[in-house]
Amino acid sequence: MSTMENADLVNDRKKILPPAVLDLKEVSVLYSGKAAVKKVSCQILRNRITAIIGPSGCGKSTLLRSLNRMNDFVDGVTIEGEILFADQNLYGIEVDPVQVRRRIGMVFQKPNPFPKSIYNNIAWGPSINGYTGSMDELVERSLSQAALWDEVKDRLQESALNLSGGQQQRLCIARALAMEPQVLLMDEPCSALDPISTSRIEDLLFELKTHYTIVIVTHNMQQAARISDYTAFMEMGIMIEFGETDQIFTRPNIKRTEEYVTGRFG
Amino acid sequence: MAFISEQEYQNLQHRHRKARVFQRCCAAVTWASVFLLAVLLYQVCADGLGWLDWQFFNSFPSRFPDRAGIKSALVGTLWMIALVAVFSIPVGISSALYLEEFAGKGKFAKFVELNISNLSGVPSIVYGILGLAIFVRYFALERSLISGALTMSLLILPTIIIAGREAIRGVPMSIRYAALSLGATRWQTTWAHVLPASFPGIMTGVILALSRAIGETAPLILIGAMTFVAFLPQGPMDSFTALPIQIYNWVSRPQPEFHELAAAGIIVLLVVLLLMNATAIYIRSRTERRLK
Repeated sequence: MSTMENADLVNDRKKILPPAVLDLKEVSVLYSGKAAVKKVSCQILRNRITAIIGPSGCGKSTLLRSLNRMNDFVDGVTIEGEILFADQNLYGIEVDPVQVRRRIGMVFQKPNPFPKSIYNNIAWGPSINGYTGSMDELVERSLSQAALWDEVKDRLQESALNLSGGQQQRLCIARALAMEPQVLLMDEPCSALDPISTSRIEDLLFELKTHYTIVIVTHNMQQAARISDYTAFMEMGIMIEFGETDQIFTRPNIKRTEEYVTGRFG
Repeated sequence: MAFISEQEYQNLQHRHRKARVFQRCCAAVTWASVFLLAVLLYQVCADGLGWLDWQFFNSFPSRFPDRAGIKSALVGTLWMIALVAVFSIPVGISSALYLEEFAGKGKFAKFVELNISNLSGVPSIVYGILGLAIFVRYFALERSLISGALTMSLLILPTIIIAGREAIRGVPMSIRYAALSLGATRWQTTWAHVLPASFPGIMTGVILALSRAIGETAPLILIGAMTFVAFLPQGPMDSFTALPIQIYNWVSRPQPEFHELAAAGIIVLLVVLLLMNATAIYIRSRTERRLK
């Protein structure tokens, strides 16, 4: 491959690079004055999967939760810096956090379906947010998107708690998708699941990224390497390196990243 | 026992013996209390069952034991419970929700919490004095059903609030986060998920508190429930009597017939209590089934 062609390729790539949905500018998260996340800057691109990896306690979940203001419910949390979403700072005084969470959905570490029917798990979010279309259609569409429809279509009125762990997690994904969020945040969504359920969810994420922007926190490096387009490596609250997943895992620029992804610590 | 030494074997036997002794002690204590209760029930039933007939339920108090009945006391108690439920359930649940879901962990919330715990330990007669001063005199509600019900509501509110908070705290945070992450407000989250999930626990607390209100005598005596009421209350402003008051009145008379009447009254009171607890269990199991 000549140098010429290579440059063209790079240019092509630049041209098709999608716009940033979330733009983090020197974001710090402090728990009663102590910084858990320190001056993180990066961009989350549309229709891409961005993985955040790093050792336990490095602040990756904290950073994720600050992206849809779920940290508001933790006592003593303050945020510094800006997180721009559609050119607006998520932490601006004029921003209503309820609206933020309505647009930026979240899937949690442990499946947490409501103790209600499968149908109502999906329907509740849209109904309180004034959804006026056909609820049956929305429920079917969301469950199909989460690759759960065929398994539950005959028992929509059954309790969601009767589902297996993997099914529950896919239900939680469907529940978040029913809100048609612009961004889907996932906090170690597979850590409580067996390998088969995990691979189903990974396949699912691959399909979902055609419509959604996904940020996923994972402690599983193979998972990050398998599914993500971009990877951020964090340690002690600092984002050590951010880049394309291939590059992070094969030619990291920073020694510490290399040591982590090759399993020398963490 | 080939794989353990003689000493280990002896030691093990000793530990098993100790476990058995402890187990039997616990069983003995349990059965002793059940036995006492059975004796009590037997005595009451032996004395009172003979008096339980239609005439007993359908008669007003009388100075002739043969003609005396429990009608006004039973109706008064049912009125009381209904009114107490109307006052105390909404206030109690709202307070519990506010303290758990909205008040945060500030100094004010701590202060309120401490005071509620203290109030639940205040003797009931003190509530009677309070009811007399505030409801009977200051608000001029007279010696009426509503004064009694308001006083009883004050008495049981701390119990309802504490039990309610316990139940609300039992709802996993993950449920709240799930709702909030869908763009729900705190109130929507509370109303649609926290309250239904904690409802069985709250109901248990409410029914236990109401049961206490049924049995309380001292505050009613203070606020002036009458012991001899030969009519039925027509509304919340009427004067009244209640089962424990009637029982107290009969017990304190010298004639042995009245003591047997008191026993019959106790049976009625117990049946009302058991019915209430059964209702609580029924409601609870129904909601639990719906939740699962």
